[in-house]
Amino acid sequence: MTETAQPPTALSVRNISYSYGKKPALNDISFDLAPGKVTALLGPNGAGKTTLFSLITGLFDCREGEVVIAGHPLRRDRSAALSSLGIVFQAQTLELDLTIDQNLRYFAALRGLTRHQAKDRIDMLLVAIGLEGLNKTKVRKLSGGQRRRVEVARALLDHPALLLLDEPSTGLDIATRRWLIKHVHELARDEGMTVLLATHLVDEVADEDDVIVLDKGRIVAAGQVDAIVASAGAANLDEAFTRMTAHEAVRAA
Amino acid sequence: MKSGHATRAFFAILSREMLRFLQQKGRFFSALVRPLIWLIVFAAGFRAALGLSIIPPYKTYITYDVYVVPGLIGMIQLFAGMQNSLSMVYDREMGSMRVLLSTPLPRSYLLLARMLSGTFVSIIQVYAFVIIAMLLGTRLPVAGLIMMFPVLILTGMTLSALGMFLSSWIKQLENFAGVMNFLIFPMFFMSSALYPLWRMREGSVTIYELCLLNPFTYVVELIRFTIYREPNLMALGIVVATFLVFGIAALVGYTPARGGPTAGRGG
Repeated sequence: MTETAQPPTALSVRNISYSYGKKPALNDISFDLAPGKVTALLGPNGAGKTTLFSLITGLFDCREGEVVIAGHPLRRDRSAALSSLGIVFQAQTLELDLTIDQNLRYFAALRGLTRHQAKDRIDMLLVAIGLEGLNKTKVRKLSGGQRRRVEVARALLDHPALLLLDEPSTGLDIATRRWLIKHVHELARDEGMTVLLATHLVDEVADEDDVIVLDKGRIVAAGQVDAIVASAGAANLDEAFTRMTAHEAVRAA
Repeated sequence: MKSGHATRAFFAILSREMLRFLQQKGRFFSALVRPLIWLIVFAAGFRAALGLSIIPPYKTYITYDVYVVPGLIGMIQLFAGMQNSLSMVYDREMGSMRVLLSTPLPRSYLLLARMLSGTFVSIIQVYAFVIIAMLLGTRLPVAGLIMMFPVLILTGMTLSALGMFLSSWIKQLENFAGVMNFLIFPMFFMSSALYPLWRMREGSVTIYELCLLNPFTYVVELIRFTIYREPNLMALGIVVATFLVFGIAALVGYTPARGGPTAGRGG
């Protein structure tokens, strides 16, 4: 019998711990992401989501544990590991005084795309995010929602195998938020992209998503939505999340 | 690291810095006006007050405006280096440093590319200043000014490395602005930029010795000697050593192990 080679997991996080000085931020975090699925990293503010993202994107040095992206260990093979990543950071990171086109071309060149490849990809992505015809517009003139769309396009420029979104809906209106979450799920379903979506908003999680619940730097639950709801003895994910992450002080209040 | 990718990334970083510079017209204007005020106003006053003997690399008596030009070139690069670092602190606070440093190229390469891009911006300012100075009547050797180009890359990188070192250890924009002022003016005044060091020794031996410890003195002297096509190996050696020390310290400062320069806690 011939053994079929399995594609590498899009993201494997193994036994990661991290501290800011003496203050622990993450404690023994491990998980694998199922390919072609959206996994919601659900946690309240301060749970450690952004710290985890900073470790996965190589902005922080992973001193304890290991991050492997698309089969490439981040510590030993940084360039190959980061080549597989598309990232939307929590804070907006576009150059305000450059146009959409200039912003995207800058990033495309950083990722190694040729001018021709960049142009084709930018044209296609601007249509996909509904901003075609605005490529010569300065980012400063765009609304918050439009800027976020451009950041999503930027993250997709280099056909990433793994898309990371760190609380991408922060500060967005409802319509843009809906578009964003729908678009992300379409990317997973139609293009087989693996997505890790950090959020503290339960309504951004779809029934078919995998969920990792992070609280105070620890994973308190992981699995499919149904399983998490059942394990918490809750009626829905919102209630399960509240039970898992409500701390003594909050309960007392 | 693939060379095609690295080259494209470098030109992307360079063109971004150029676009930013061209859009900030006030920055270009102030970068030119500052040394021109020194050249026009101070040189007019100092010309009468300050006698200059014939000192290397000059082979004849020179006017004060001729003497001060290399120092003002150094001043442009010093301000530009600090400006570049200030924009790195700004990038860090605004998040675009995260975008840069999470791209699949070695961090040291990305930081060096950023430094070199800032240096090229400073060189444009230098040549714009030199052209205006010559139009105003300051006599400078054209061949030496052309030969100065590679030296300006070295001196610009050195001053950028100093600024980047500071930016890697200073966490907030406001603090950096304060440190910039605290550093720029002593560096500039305690050097050979405005007056020859032998004049300084006549006034105060202690300050003279401090001037000798100031790397900016050697930046200015290296530029001065190059303009007159004279070697100054000591200045060259000290500038290279300063570049290596601050360059390495800056790269260490920007390593993710420190969890610092791109840090920003969130949810």
